[in-house]
Amino acid sequence: MLSYFASLNPLTLLNSLPGAIAQGMVWGVMALGVYITFRLLDFADLTVDGSIAFGAAVCIMLIRNGVSPIIATLVSFFAGAAAGLITGLLNTLLGIPGILASILTQIALYSINLNVMGKSNQPVSVDNYKLVISLRYVTEDPVKRAIFFVGFTVFLFALIGILYWYFGTEQGQAIRATGCNPNMARAQGINTDFIKVLTLMISNGLVGIAGGLYGQFQGAADVGMGRGAIVIGLAAVIIGEVLFGKFAAKRKLYLVWTLLSVVLGAIIYYLVYQFVLWLKMPSEDMKLFSAIVVAIFLAVPYLRDKAIQKKGVAK
Amino acid sequence: MSNSKNNDLANDYVLEIQDVHKVFNKGTINEKIALNGLNLKLNKGDFVTIIGGNGAGKSTSLNAIAGVWPVDKGRILINGEDITALPEHKRAKYLGRVFQDPMTGTAATMSIEENMALAARRGEHRTLLWGVGRAEREEFKEQLSTLGLGLEKRMTSKVGLLSGGQRQAITLLMAAIKKPDLLLLDEHTAALDPKTAAKVLEISEKIIMTNNLTAMMVTHNMKDAIVHGNRLIMMHEGHIIYDVSGEEKKALQVSDLLHKFEEASGTEFANDRMMLSK
Repeated sequence: MLSYFASLNPLTLLNSLPGAIAQGMVWGVMALGVYITFRLLDFADLTVDGSIAFGAAVCIMLIRNGVSPIIATLVSFFAGAAAGLITGLLNTLLGIPGILASILTQIALYSINLNVMGKSNQPVSVDNYKLVISLRYVTEDPVKRAIFFVGFTVFLFALIGILYWYFGTEQGQAIRATGCNPNMARAQGINTDFIKVLTLMISNGLVGIAGGLYGQFQGAADVGMGRGAIVIGLAAVIIGEVLFGKFAAKRKLYLVWTLLSVVLGAIIYYLVYQFVLWLKMPSEDMKLFSAIVVAIFLAVPYLRDKAIQKKGVAK
Repeated sequence: MSNSKNNDLANDYVLEIQDVHKVFNKGTINEKIALNGLNLKLNKGDFVTIIGGNGAGKSTSLNAIAGVWPVDKGRILINGEDITALPEHKRAKYLGRVFQDPMTGTAATMSIEENMALAARRGEHRTLLWGVGRAEREEFKEQLSTLGLGLEKRMTSKVGLLSGGQRQAITLLMAAIKKPDLLLLDEHTAALDPKTAAKVLEISEKIIMTNNLTAMMVTHNMKDAIVHGNRLIMMHEGHIIYDVSGEEKKALQVSDLLHKFEEASGTEFANDRMMLSK
């Protein structure tokens, strides 16, 4: 026991934190996409496991074929959006229930990703290409690290700003109304089917970008990289809500604070993840760990409400 | 017969329902004939109250007009235009709707002004312009102040924080905001306490009169059905069994309606909630 604790080196943990934060920021982009479907549209979309890998596959293959990494990253948005389109059409045009429709797309994408990549894993080295982001920028030297974090933070704020603006427009309000009360939305002349498809495209577009970025960040696209992605996305959304929900609710720019808390949720998730790894938990058990974290955070609000209710009854 | 100022042509009806049929759960043990040869013509400015027992087809009629589901047979026309094949969201531009459940008419997680802005764009293309304009915000404020509920001071409050009566009042404003060809009120006071119900009914009457709207109001309160509107319809088993307007309607008593129902349907009104609310 003592030797176990003695073997834990705090310095290793400290050194691994920038990488964990960076990874959290990349997944924060993905979590924003999950927030849009899960909370704003009220649609449990499992497409993301496939669309994040699809975004990565398309992005990495484009880069390997000489396309500029910036353009390749942008294209990964459209790759993700195409995946969202399929789920949306399966749901609205063919009447397949949302969760099932998204699982179908996800499974189909597994084959498509293998076809795009030609094999299950395709590397892209930061030595050979001018990648938009890379873990190496974080670990290499302090200047590059500072540029990475400042640059990525600006990108995230810009993204949150764009989303805040969009969901305040007539179209964005139609999305929120559809998610909140589809009957009311239709009574106000909103084509809720179209809105669903549109929102799934936007959401999966963001997930696709996250995939493109993550592929570059870790230096490879892998057909299995999306497995359990939805769980991480949900973890980020829910950790953000549990920790900062009350704070955000009181703010005038509620949506900005909420989106920010989602990104923070993703970062916190990866900090905890890194911490657990540092405690020498075997990496093959990490999916189990993720599931437990999400289950706990999903249960907290429910159990809290129940406890309050009980107290009320007792009085 | 009714207020027909703008009625130049004989067939110029605001609403025309021709022999509409609707069966739910066809071919199953739960099969229910909801509409059975419904025919109705409304002139401009008509304010029709609709009564009938449970399952008579009152709400179903309004849902058929709104296009919540397709009808099995028959045609529905608004201002002479056949809308039978139009989906629900495309019919919305002709209609204003208020529902029985106060939660149904508004988006709880959105603010009062956002809800009204959504209604103000009914039937229009939703653009990438900001959702609530500055000029219309003042307009909304003014309209809200006419309700006398102090809601004009809470424009950015989430609608979910409001009471059922307040939400129904806002839904009424939203329904009338585009001056619809036809206003559909589906037992919109049934879920409210008596005092709030009376207030919401008063607001409804005011909105219909000031905007000169054509309206259909389903109610289970016979007194309300007699007092309000210029025309009264009684439904039974999916079609209209009694249709009265003008002076004849004004002279109606609740007992007349009960008698009429028994006569037309051959059954008594007993065990129906209409009895309770006479």
